[in-house]
Amino acid sequence: MSDFWSGYIIFIVVLNLVGCAVLLFANSRLSAEEARQDTTGHKFDGIEERNQPLPRWWLFLFIGTLVFAVGYLVLYPGLGRFGGLLNWTSVTQWEQEVALVEKSSEPLFQEFAKVPVDELAHYPETRDVGGRLFAQNCAICHGSDARGARGYPNLTDGDWLYGGSPDAIVQTITSGRRGTMTPMAAAIGNSDEAVRDMAMYVQTLSRPDLKDKPEYRDAAERAEPRFQVCAACHGADATGNQMIGAPNLTDGIWLYGARLEDIETTIREGRQGHMPAHEGVLTPERIHVLAAYVYSLSMETEE
Amino acid sequence: MQDAAAPPAYHYRVVRQFTVMTVVWGVVGMFVGVWIAAQLAWPALNFDLPWLSFGRLRPLHTNAVIFAFGGCALIGTSLYVVQRTCQAPLVLPGLAAFVFWGYQAVIVLAAVSLPLGFTSAKEYAELEWPIDILLALVWVAYAVVFFGTIAKRRTGHIYVANWFYGGFILAVALLHIVNSAAIPISLTKSYSAYAGAIDAMVQWWYGHNAVGFFLTAGFLGMMYYYVPIQAERPVYSYRLSIVHFWALIAVYMWAGPHHLHYSSLPDWAQSVGMVFSIVLLAPSWGGMINGVMTLSGAWHKLRDDPIIRFLIVALSFYGMSTFEGPLMSIKTVNALSHNTDWTIGHVHAGALGWVAMISIGALYVMTPRLFGRQRMYSVGWINVHFWLSTIGTVLYIAAMWVSGIMQGLMWRAVNDDGTLTYNFVQELVERQPFYIVRLIGGVVFLVGMLLMALNVYLTIRGTRDDAGEDNRLALAY
Repeated sequence: MSDFWSGYIIFIVVLNLVGCAVLLFANSRLSAEEARQDTTGHKFDGIEERNQPLPRWWLFLFIGTLVFAVGYLVLYPGLGRFGGLLNWTSVTQWEQEVALVEKSSEPLFQEFAKVPVDELAHYPETRDVGGRLFAQNCAICHGSDARGARGYPNLTDGDWLYGGSPDAIVQTITSGRRGTMTPMAAAIGNSDEAVRDMAMYVQTLSRPDLKDKPEYRDAAERAEPRFQVCAACHGADATGNQMIGAPNLTDGIWLYGARLEDIETTIREGRQGHMPAHEGVLTPERIHVLAAYVYSLSMETEE
Repeated sequence: MQDAAAPPAYHYRVVRQFTVMTVVWGVVGMFVGVWIAAQLAWPALNFDLPWLSFGRLRPLHTNAVIFAFGGCALIGTSLYVVQRTCQAPLVLPGLAAFVFWGYQAVIVLAAVSLPLGFTSAKEYAELEWPIDILLALVWVAYAVVFFGTIAKRRTGHIYVANWFYGGFILAVALLHIVNSAAIPISLTKSYSAYAGAIDAMVQWWYGHNAVGFFLTAGFLGMMYYYVPIQAERPVYSYRLSIVHFWALIAVYMWAGPHHLHYSSLPDWAQSVGMVFSIVLLAPSWGGMINGVMTLSGAWHKLRDDPIIRFLIVALSFYGMSTFEGPLMSIKTVNALSHNTDWTIGHVHAGALGWVAMISIGALYVMTPRLFGRQRMYSVGWINVHFWLSTIGTVLYIAAMWVSGIMQGLMWRAVNDDGTLTYNFVQELVERQPFYIVRLIGGVVFLVGMLLMALNVYLTIRGTRDDAGEDNRLALAY
């Protein structure tokens, strides 16, 4: 803030407060003449106005708020660049509150950090603390039951795009993931028919029974040779590649929908998945507990 | 009647038009309010239709009750009061007709464009730029008629009601024009001329002064005429009216930043907003004292006259909300109350308790006089309406206080591990009972409005009542 604007703010704030005080002082008493007459003598459509002085309690209430205003502006920021005698800022208040919580909860998370993720997953405390961390940081995309939604993976089904080991989960939470499927229509024949054929073929990978239908059998025959370009990421056997987050196409789990139209859209337009990084949002110890909680979700499914 | 000798023929046509439309828009706006209150309790009432969704109907509700209902009440009463207290007919009655039809056109355009999803996304200023321009023209015409009539007055002084109405008209013109400044990209879409925190500050400078000048100064003008007229008592203190008028209009302009506490607005601006909000308490209460104390020596009228009850209870709600406002502007309190239902409760204590009830009282005073009747069709119904309004308002604001404070406490509850005790959905489900109570309060208030609409209709129709007594005033003026 420049000197000019700082001075301008101070000037108009002080002017307004002093103006109120002057207004009150000038009107705190009636003149002798007013005091003698009950009304002002004005008459508007029959309405008269009485010469009553300002109620004392109201006058002192007003003065009280003006005194408070002066006191507050001396102690806290308000008068332009003058930051107040207390040196308070909203940022430092926030930092202090966060530091307070961090300090009080630090010993708890230090204890958690000593236990490896896969062992921690069995602790009942993990369900409590990790569950709350999950509800406040993850549930907005993955759902409060962690079963995901279209475009947001189900975390309870034991199927992992980037691997389900403790280290992989920690890595996913810490650094985030970007899953990119490029548009593939051009590479597989560049026609609506070619896209439809491929979509039908991909459907048969998890549902071999569809091959009993002639149209699926024919489509699969036409598309299968072209699947080589897909195999670069999804693998020759179409079971995917966790190194790059390419989904397994044979397990019947669909991130963007299982219908023929959904798969066609995926092939034609590609997909962009984005899991944001939580480094800096959550401490490493909290990510550790959260990873144990997420690990435990599919552990229960398997048991 | 005392006015039999009143000199000029006043122009009542435009006042009558605004009076009728006040009732119509009051019913419409409050019906939409009831509807969206039901949607909050049962979201399925969105019916998956975009133009019935809460996000589009909520601005329709706020615009309809504040600007259509409140605006028609303010313009109508101001054009009545300015004539009678200046003893002068309206200047330029043709321009006054333009004010009526232009203002109704703005309201209808709002009622169509908001559900269709056209919005500038500025709260209480959602209308897109062509409608904003029309409104600015109408408002300037209104100012010309109002101040022109004051200039032609046959009284020496200008009555206090007209200072407040005048302050309201000038400030709202300033607020509307500055806040609506935008860059159009098509007929139906524009972007604010301001950016970032400055845009937010301009918006809430507008937003809070819409409360200060539209919903406070304007309705104080109304109060300063209809309370002494109905009570048949002189205004309590001329001196107090001067002091609280100048203090009110000087201090209100500063209060906007309290809507942006703990935001990216600089700390100094937040502090100044809070400090002046607290200073605002006394100037606000000045109007309440002057109105309520006008009744001194005539307290028995509270027992006998339901219209006086409306006016005085309105002032009580005004005093309560203008105490609550400074309280909520304190940063520590705001940290709990901000973004919760408490704010909604506070707004409705003002909107239902103060704005609607003072307008209703004024309409009951004015309607028989405008249409040459001796009294309203049924005074008993006014009494019923009074109780419906009071009970509806109390149910509404009490539900929102409890819900809001519960929300604030649940949001800030923290576990030992530093996590929040409740997630958003856990808190949300706890609100439903209060949303149902709020809905009931709204329905009760709306029923009162419907009763008023019937009462006004039967008064205007002016046939003989059951007692065989002709309600028509022999002396039409």
